[in-house]
Amino acid sequence: MSEMTKIVKTTANILFPFTMIFGLYVIVHGHLTPGGGFQGGAIVVSGCALLLVAYGSSWVFDHIKDKRLATFESLGAIGFITIAFLGLVFSAVFFGNFLTGSGTLFGTTPATGSTLSNFNTGGVLPLMNFAVGVKVIAGLFVIVLVMAHASSIKEWG
Amino acid sequence: MTVLEALLQHSPALIIAIPLLSAFLLPLVSRIHAKVRDVFALVMLGVTSCFVGLLASDVLSHGPRIYIFGAQNLRVPLVRILFEVDSMGVFMAIITMMLAIIAVIYSWSFLHQEDGLDKYYTLLLLVVTSALGMELTGDIFNFFVFLEISCIASCALIAFWVTEGEALEAAFKYIVVSSIGALFVLFAIGIFYAQYNALNIATLAHLLLFTFLDKIALVILLVSLGMKAGLAPMHMWLPDSYGRAPPSIVLIIMSATLASFYGLLRVVFTFYGNVLTTSLRFSLPAHVVIGWILIALAIVSILIGVIMALVQTDLLRLIGYAAVAEIGYMFLAVGASIAALGTSYATVALQGGVLHILNDAVDIGLLFLVAGAIYYVTKKRSLDDLSGLARTMKFTTVFFIIGLLAVAGMPPLNGFTSKFLIYESVYQLNPILSIIALLGSILLLAIFVKVLYAAFLGPELPGLKDVKEAPKSMLLAMGFLAGLAIFIGLFPNLLLDTLVKPAVSALLDHAQYISMVVGGL
Repeated sequence: MSEMTKIVKTTANILFPFTMIFGLYVIVHGHLTPGGGFQGGAIVVSGCALLLVAYGSSWVFDHIKDKRLATFESLGAIGFITIAFLGLVFSAVFFGNFLTGSGTLFGTTPATGSTLSNFNTGGVLPLMNFAVGVKVIAGLFVIVLVMAHASSIKEWG
Repeated sequence: MTVLEALLQHSPALIIAIPLLSAFLLPLVSRIHAKVRDVFALVMLGVTSCFVGLLASDVLSHGPRIYIFGAQNLRVPLVRILFEVDSMGVFMAIITMMLAIIAVIYSWSFLHQEDGLDKYYTLLLLVVTSALGMELTGDIFNFFVFLEISCIASCALIAFWVTEGEALEAAFKYIVVSSIGALFVLFAIGIFYAQYNALNIATLAHLLLFTFLDKIALVILLVSLGMKAGLAPMHMWLPDSYGRAPPSIVLIIMSATLASFYGLLRVVFTFYGNVLTTSLRFSLPAHVVIGWILIALAIVSILIGVIMALVQTDLLRLIGYAAVAEIGYMFLAVGASIAALGTSYATVALQGGVLHILNDAVDIGLLFLVAGAIYYVTKKRSLDDLSGLARTMKFTTVFFIIGLLAVAGMPPLNGFTSKFLIYESVYQLNPILSIIALLGSILLLAIFVKVLYAAFLGPELPGLKDVKEAPKSMLLAMGFLAGLAIFIGLFPNLLLDTLVKPAVSALLDHAQYISMVVGGL
């Protein structure tokens, strides 16, 4: 993909931070609102795809290493399973939610009934959402990047 | 609680978690060195096998175990994911681990010149995880999730030799066929969930009323799992993908295929175990109808498999069709045991069928590894281009002869043990079935003797003069399978008594499977 006009680039520049913030919001509030790691990650990658369209795949390729994205993808998956293993260590069951009710990080027990949502709840669920978010951002972005790069190769006709 | 007890208690989860964790660690590990990556994959599979062994020894002596994810105790309503491990699941897990370890050892030499191997090992471990998950899970939706993982990961593995157009075509065919199958499984799960508000296999089996919708779900499950297992009218993806994937991958895909076959057994014997004797129309019990339909499809599988194998010239594809015929034998045994449910020879037939799962993995696996060794040294697939290989590839020739005798069901090799159980039990149901099964075996023998003459005997071709024997790790993998074929053939009772009979009684005793979960609520 080649780069586009200045109008498109400027619009992309303005939209990009909002897309990022919204995507990260969906990931972080995964345990409270609809959405979660996967959906938020997909929103973040749609922002990255916007840059890809506006600036062209070769520009993005110069600024981002696909190897590094692959590493982040592995790290996301490893983080997810590590949290599951930590459940085995701290609460004696695999995938055990050892943080809930502990009063520490994400450990508050939410009040029952119709209340405002409390962000500091959910135990390991938000952490797992972060891990899935990292994996989906890295994984989907590398897919989009490779497809964009492959479509720009002229010899394939 | 000692450490061993704690490990045993968590082993169902660890058996899934360790291959999954190592699958995602592999891309990082492979940055250190290629050797480290190869050893890491093998060591992690070895650790998983230790847990499978630990779990197997406990389940075989103390009965089924359940494992609850994320909670200590069962509570109503049952929303947790459960793993329920009985002798049958353990038997399948042992087969999966055996195939996986042999495939990894074989791929050390077989693929050492290829690139992209970090992804290869990642996907390989993912397929192993999915097969193990399908075999150990006690939750029908969880089963579907693992089925999907196996579809996607196997598809990418089949397309490993992506520069060949046929590999891509085979992978595309595989992903279309198996996604449709998996979606139909999801549809059947939806039918259950809508009616009974449960996803746990034991709970569903307990609640099942055999309504009209349940009959539809049964048909859908049989068809889609039969498709994944390679039953005859839906077998067309199997020779393509077995013939075009690297032979080390074929072992892994075979483990996923056999896990689908296990899923079918679980559906019929456990899920519908309570209602199998219900009468359908014309006062025919349901098990007779299901059994005879499976028998008919099995006969078609055997005949199509051997007849199509007879006309193939591509060695890998030929063995793929032989694999279809072998799947037919398993379905023949299972169909006969369902049709004659309750009689003594039904149990024998099921024992033959379950033992044949292992024997099929060993025989067909060995033949694929030999074909892979031939491809590795000559880079040729077609039988027309091969001749006189026995002069230089002595060990490979011996392994091929063992594989050919085993797959044709000749005594004293392993194929004979299970096929004999199938012949003698099916004979009591209907002698014609037994005759067709024997005919299939004879044709298999003829086909592979033809291959032996074409590839190994005969004059030496000028292009194949400087052919060497296959590398050591490939010989080791083939030797292990060949040794296993001889061992099972010589001491079938050892295996039959320790593994197969408990597995069959666990399958037939659905009441115990159900009470493990429902009784604990």
